[in-house]
Amino acid sequence: MENNSTFFTSRVNEALGWARKYSIFQYPFVTACCGMEYMATACSHYDVDRFGAGLPRFSPRQADVLFVVGTISHKMAPVLKRIYDQMAEPKWVVAFGVCTCTGGFYDNYATVMGIDTILPVDVYIPGCPPRPEMVLDGLMKLQDKIQDEHSTGVRPAPEDRPDDLEMEANR
Amino acid sequence: MSGARLTESIGTRFPDAVITTHAYRGEETVVVRHEQLHAVAEFLKLDDDSKMNFLMDLAVVDYSMFGKSPPQAFFASSGVAVRPPARIPDKNPWPGPPGTERFAVVYHFFSTTHKHRLRMVVPVDETSAEVDTVCDLWAGANWLEREAWDMFGIVFRDHPDLRRLLMYDEFEGHPLRKDYPVRRRQPLIGPVN
Amino acid sequence: MPIDPTTEVETADAASAPAAESPKPATREMLLNIGPAHPAMHGIVRIVTKLDGEQVKEVDVEIGYLHRGFEKMSEQVDYNGVMPYTDRLNYVSSFINNAGYCMAVEKLLGISVPLRCEYIRVIVSEISRIADHLTSVGATAMELGAFTVFLYMIKAREYLWDLLEQVTGARLTVSYCRVGGIKADLPDEFAAGCIAAFAKTREVIAESEGLLKRNRIFTDRMMGTGVISTEDAISYGITGPFLRATGCDYDVRKDCPYSVYDRLDFDVPVGTAGDNMDRFLVRMEEMEQSMRIVEAALKDLPDGAVMTHPGTGRHIPAAEMVDLGKVGNIGAIADGCAVPGPTLEGAGRERLHTISTDNKRVALPAKENVYGNIEGLMQQFKLIMHGHGIRAPEGEVYEAVEGANGELGFYVVSDGEPNAYRVRVRPPCFAIMSALPLLLVGDMVADIVPTFGSVNMIGGELDR
Repeated sequence: MENNSTFFTSRVNEALGWARKYSIFQYPFVTACCGMEYMATACSHYDVDRFGAGLPRFSPRQADVLFVVGTISHKMAPVLKRIYDQMAEPKWVVAFGVCTCTGGFYDNYATVMGIDTILPVDVYIPGCPPRPEMVLDGLMKLQDKIQDEHSTGVRPAPEDRPDDLEMEANR
Repeated sequence: MSGARLTESIGTRFPDAVITTHAYRGEETVVVRHEQLHAVAEFLKLDDDSKMNFLMDLAVVDYSMFGKSPPQAFFASSGVAVRPPARIPDKNPWPGPPGTERFAVVYHFFSTTHKHRLRMVVPVDETSAEVDTVCDLWAGANWLEREAWDMFGIVFRDHPDLRRLLMYDEFEGHPLRKDYPVRRRQPLIGPVN
Repeated sequence: MPIDPTTEVETADAASAPAAESPKPATREMLLNIGPAHPAMHGIVRIVTKLDGEQVKEVDVEIGYLHRGFEKMSEQVDYNGVMPYTDRLNYVSSFINNAGYCMAVEKLLGISVPLRCEYIRVIVSEISRIADHLTSVGATAMELGAFTVFLYMIKAREYLWDLLEQVTGARLTVSYCRVGGIKADLPDEFAAGCIAAFAKTREVIAESEGLLKRNRIFTDRMMGTGVISTEDAISYGITGPFLRATGCDYDVRKDCPYSVYDRLDFDVPVGTAGDNMDRFLVRMEEMEQSMRIVEAALKDLPDGAVMTHPGTGRHIPAAEMVDLGKVGNIGAIADGCAVPGPTLEGAGRERLHTISTDNKRVALPAKENVYGNIEGLMQQFKLIMHGHGIRAPEGEVYEAVEGANGELGFYVVSDGEPNAYRVRVRPPCFAIMSALPLLLVGDMVADIVPTFGSVNMIGGELDR
């Protein structure tokens, strides 16, 4: 009866994936201009609630997707890493805006050139700022990714992600 | 009171403090020695004819690379001699940087009673980059001077709390100085790229 | 001052309690860190408070979490290249930053822009100001629990952003101004679109006022909290709606008029008490005044398109013409006249002289001239190529405009090179944030939310 148990687990996993992708509790880590487009996406015109992602949780313990919205400076980076560490598995990270993807045009002493140097990122949404339609597209791609992870059981293992960088002692 | 008379009155009141005055593009500017900075600022705030109740801005300019930016080598390899275009001509040219000192602390004042503005430029030498604070006259100077310290390294004597404002405490150096390379990163976490 | 977490506070009773009763325990002030990542929608800042129960005793504000090096970057790029960086200063009303910077550089160059361009700058500035106030008031209301008001105001903001998109091509960070003019002329259906959008915005403002102005919860939380006096506000350098709510009527548009504000008739709302409620009312009224300015400017707008030199010859799309020319097929394009693509709509040859100065050393030529004759090509080359560009004369200039939060000043120093030597921004909310300890001490923890909301802190402007 091996087939049956595999059948059941995989169906349960798929159902779990379906449930997880349609009930995203986001932690909007809003720093800069992209926050305005995030607001626009979350509000009634380009409603993100119809995707099930309409309830932002302002505590990382209660959230499962970390939306990093806006430029991350080197002063803010340890705070971001700490928020990410405080989230419970399963968690995903969306890099919203080109400043989080690659640093944007702020190539200077103050800016982290892409948050994937400090966090593992699942979906990159470029744009300065991205239009709400792009954000919704990115969200749908994230939902597909969540579903795939649960259906196929493949999740990039922590070893495949960028190494946990050593933080200097207690900040 | 018109701008020119304002600078004249400062000149008569503090004859040894004022180095020069000019009105470039209609903006009155007075260049003052840093030893008398506080006295002049207090006069500007309290005197009835100037009544500068607003300290609008406190900026610092690093004049070490003034006019000395490296020549554009874009066409050097082609051997074609390309002259840069002539500057846009100016009927009333600017007198130039306020002195040979490296830094200049620039105060912008405004008066709501007389609706006039004034710029006070205080040249500061690199070796002794210290001036008096004006926190006791305008409360807003507190953060403005902290930012000047953070970005340029100008020390403000008697400032109640001179620490970094925009950069994190572990940052070394003063980023807006001309000798700080724009891409030198000192990340707290993450790679230096 | 940095707060020392180890001081203790003893209650008055502990020392004087009679021996028979059990003495009250000595209390200790609590250090509460409203950390950089916090739910308020305004921006990242760290407010370290020392609380005695619910009362705020000491406040230390730490900023700089969004420092992106605007001033350093503006020394690396040329004068027009700074435009996208200025957008992202006060990103909610980004055109006002563009206009302020451009006006400062134009003052340095000693050039003036055509009248129609001035009117268009005023129109787009005021639309940006309305969007800023909508966001600020909406976010403040949301933080106090009025989520509906937030949704309504963001809906109204969407109508305005649709307008901005028609004019500039972008919703938020517009980069619409250029040194010497603006990017393109207004589209033909702009006035009608404006009237429709304003009608809807006025509906939204009326609804929100009805929901909030006499709402007991809202007024109780906003009245009497975050009070500041006019003398303190001026001492801190506070300007804008914050200062006007205390009673001083300083508005850069009225007192040091720039552009065409002296020809337009509008009022400056002034409050009395200097508390959060007055700031809310001042912002609501300013939105109405801004709409009044735009309607007056649209009426007075000088004429636009004038066909000076109708292009002769076969019309070829500019991209095709360039491609043919690159491969040397001059014969096919010799009799042609370039037609720029849709992204340059409104910046064609017949309109360019009304929206851009005619100083050849500053403003780009029309694309038909760039592809059509050698003078246009040379002008384009001398302005675009690396090492060339706008070479302002040596000098320094300070230009102030009325931003949504107050006086936004640009201090530009030039040494004659294509890049600016120093660009300093005088951020309006910097002064307000430095006064935040004064505003918060004495109030309760719950009052931090409406006070901080009415500050309208924009991180891009505060930290640059």
